[in-house]
Amino acid sequence: MFRISTEPLDPAALQRSLADAHAGACVTFEGWVRDHNDGRPVLALDYEAYAPLAEKEGARILAEAREKFAIVGAVCIHRVGSLRIGDLAVWVGVSAAHRGAAFDACRFVIDETKARVPVWKKEHYADGDTAWINCATRGDHAAAVKS
Amino acid sequence: MITVHIQYFAILREQRGVARETLSTPATTTAALYDELRTRHGFSLPRDRVRAAVDESFVAWDTPLRDGQNVVFIPPVAGG
Repeated sequence: MFRISTEPLDPAALQRSLADAHAGACVTFEGWVRDHNDGRPVLALDYEAYAPLAEKEGARILAEAREKFAIVGAVCIHRVGSLRIGDLAVWVGVSAAHRGAAFDACRFVIDETKARVPVWKKEHYADGDTAWINCATRGDHAAAVKS
Repeated sequence: MITVHIQYFAILREQRGVARETLSTPATTTAALYDELRTRHGFSLPRDRVRAAVDESFVAWDTPLRDGQNVVFIPPVAGG
């Protein structure tokens, strides 16, 4: 299951949804909003998604994870909206019979999600400036180039 | 001329000033449509930094556009 959520995420409930008698391992990843990026103090983030395509592309990523790794279940939820420092932005959970596949698939899902899913992040800096991450072009502030 | 529905996100929404619009265009591909809009609205992102989606699926830039389709241009993503 891959979902875009406008509501805060509940990691405990998400993890319970992976419970399965065949699973001997569960690896989870939490992406949190941090207070700096490329040396600039960050106050808050806005996340935005093209939800229908994001959920389609996300489902494709989870299907690829199932083909590549011997896993039992996989879930990824991405928050959208205005988030503050410490808020949970993305949650990935993978269950598998054994830990190796669970670790590998969890890493695969978050890496592919960051690279492919149409979600955008706008950072609000302490100096009042803002930037859409990865969208800088020549002449913009260099900090916005780094992901 | 065909009529297409366009939805804008993130930096493109801010640079366009609206989240969606319906317009008539002589463009016959998603590439021609992006180029037309970029010229008109001064989008900062060159086409090679953007992807195109039609009716909720990613498409190649040379995909022919048809009347009534829903088009979204995808700026560089930054989830996580």
